[in-house]
Amino acid sequence: MTSKMPIESSIDLLPRPAHVSRRGFVGGLSAGILGAVASEAAGAETLADVPDRGPGADLGAHSERSRFVKLDRIPEATPGKRNVDPGDAINSKTPHQKLVGNITPTDLHYERSHSGVPDIDPAQHRLLIHGLVSKPLVFSVEDLKRMPSVTRVVFIECTGNGWENWKKADPDVTVQNTHGLVSTNEWTGVPLKFLIDLVARDKSANWMLAEGGDGAGVDRSIPLTDEIMNEAFVAYGQNGEPLRPAHGFPIRLVMPGFEGNLNIKWLRRLKFGNEPWMTRWETARYTQLLASGKARQFQLRMETNSVITQPSGMMQIQPGYIRISGLAWSGHGKIAKVEVSTDGAKTWKQAQLAQPVLSRAQVRFQMDWVWDGKPTKIVSRSIDEQGNVQPDRQAFIAAMGTNALFHYNAQQTWSIDETGRVRNVLA
Amino acid sequence: MSSHDKLLLAGILTVGLLAAPALAFDFGRPATPAEIKLWDIDVGPDGKGLPDGSGTAVLGKQVFADNCAACHGDNGQGGIKDRLAGGQGTLASNTPVKTVGSFWPYATTLYDYIHRAMPYPTPGSLSTDETYAVTAYILSLNGIIPADGKVDKDSLPRIRMPNRDGFIPQPEFDPAKLFRRK
Repeated sequence: MTSKMPIESSIDLLPRPAHVSRRGFVGGLSAGILGAVASEAAGAETLADVPDRGPGADLGAHSERSRFVKLDRIPEATPGKRNVDPGDAINSKTPHQKLVGNITPTDLHYERSHSGVPDIDPAQHRLLIHGLVSKPLVFSVEDLKRMPSVTRVVFIECTGNGWENWKKADPDVTVQNTHGLVSTNEWTGVPLKFLIDLVARDKSANWMLAEGGDGAGVDRSIPLTDEIMNEAFVAYGQNGEPLRPAHGFPIRLVMPGFEGNLNIKWLRRLKFGNEPWMTRWETARYTQLLASGKARQFQLRMETNSVITQPSGMMQIQPGYIRISGLAWSGHGKIAKVEVSTDGAKTWKQAQLAQPVLSRAQVRFQMDWVWDGKPTKIVSRSIDEQGNVQPDRQAFIAAMGTNALFHYNAQQTWSIDETGRVRNVLA
Repeated sequence: MSSHDKLLLAGILTVGLLAAPALAFDFGRPATPAEIKLWDIDVGPDGKGLPDGSGTAVLGKQVFADNCAACHGDNGQGGIKDRLAGGQGTLASNTPVKTVGSFWPYATTLYDYIHRAMPYPTPGSLSTDETYAVTAYILSLNGIIPADGKVDKDSLPRIRMPNRDGFIPQPEFDPAKLFRRK
């Protein structure tokens, strides 16, 4: 859900930082956000304590993370079912509270799979394109790699992102729990339009069924609007290398700005027809139950969204300088601006955006803040280039009810108590 | 296609002509009708794609007990995975129960989904008649067909599911309007 607001004719994307006294700035640096860095800050009180230099480890065939860095996704089940056995998990969430910048590390890109991760030999994988076409064709992965390609940085978001907070806010969760089902990678592949021209689609075929090679054979009906025809592609590359198995190896559909489950992984069939197939996933699953008892269907586009990732749930802060940072994204296009409130949505200030801001990609925002040590709430809201404003929770729930399960894009509020504990709240 | 793409394609075309008799834009190979049939499993709401064959709810009860009950419960309820029966009248409550009977708009989708995705460890392992039978049994559990009912490719698309009118398309992608203006 989004509302429209006129975009200011001149948007200052690089505002002056909020006034911060030098004393507050320097003094705050050592305090700041403790949750994530406390253990790393300890141990070198004077330069004499810093360990001596010396020859390091042998060079390797690939680089691993430092032994001092621990970054993991969290496999989870339905809302509220956390710390599950991996065999019971239906998704695995990105640790946004520990990440910086715009791009999600490949191995930390969120995962949602409906029947596990298939082990596919690319030499034996085929893509069948058929239905209302003149020339049904079969492609190998090598065929696809020989074709003209596109490369784009885009977010992919599970429609279940944010589903922890539909009915209540568990205070003891992290931003990984609440917003770990969206990630941004660079994807490389063949424009869908190029493949469609090869098979010579019938002019009446306005819908396409995309089907995966997983055990569930996940399939979705996709309307071939001009926008989708121009933007969709069949990807074989992810951040410069072949796709990881969890993300669709050897090929997946990429649908910039649209529901994660439309980005069919392990893609093996595209079929053209003139109406939707009403698959299980577009009827029984990825539809949004409204308060009336009716369900919204074909809500295919992901909404205007943002979340503060630092400081965020379960962190501990101290009075002084705090750099607020987070991520914003919209399925409608580019993020135009992000505003942050540090007084529970009473007043708002414009945050800085990390350049370049790309269409349908997550963008990092940040803002300077000096916390006075009094309890408060911090919250962000994004506005995209189409003028869509991320709604506050009250307006959002008024429109969607609390049963929709998917497409939650209400503003995320973090409360901060007098001891500096950051916790998840509804508003 | 942009002019850049056309240029690129022309370049590939030229190289292709020099390297091999086949044209470079002949990527891939023709799909034969026989192999398309192997993969062409989707079933539409009009019943298109449903195979010959049939199944009764009586047979389906046994097939369900052998292949489905371990996850979905003895009567499609109380299992560790999705509940399949009951829940009618709950969709507007604070605790909606979405099942085949209370939520699914098309009976054809049930056949399609069982055939493509179930049983979870061995999807597609049920025969056509067994798939129809389990479909019939789940429909009977929801009171949609009688306990001695039977379904096939003609009857399944004609079944009117209780929640058939329970869906409102998002206006931007409403199938009834989307491509009509062109």
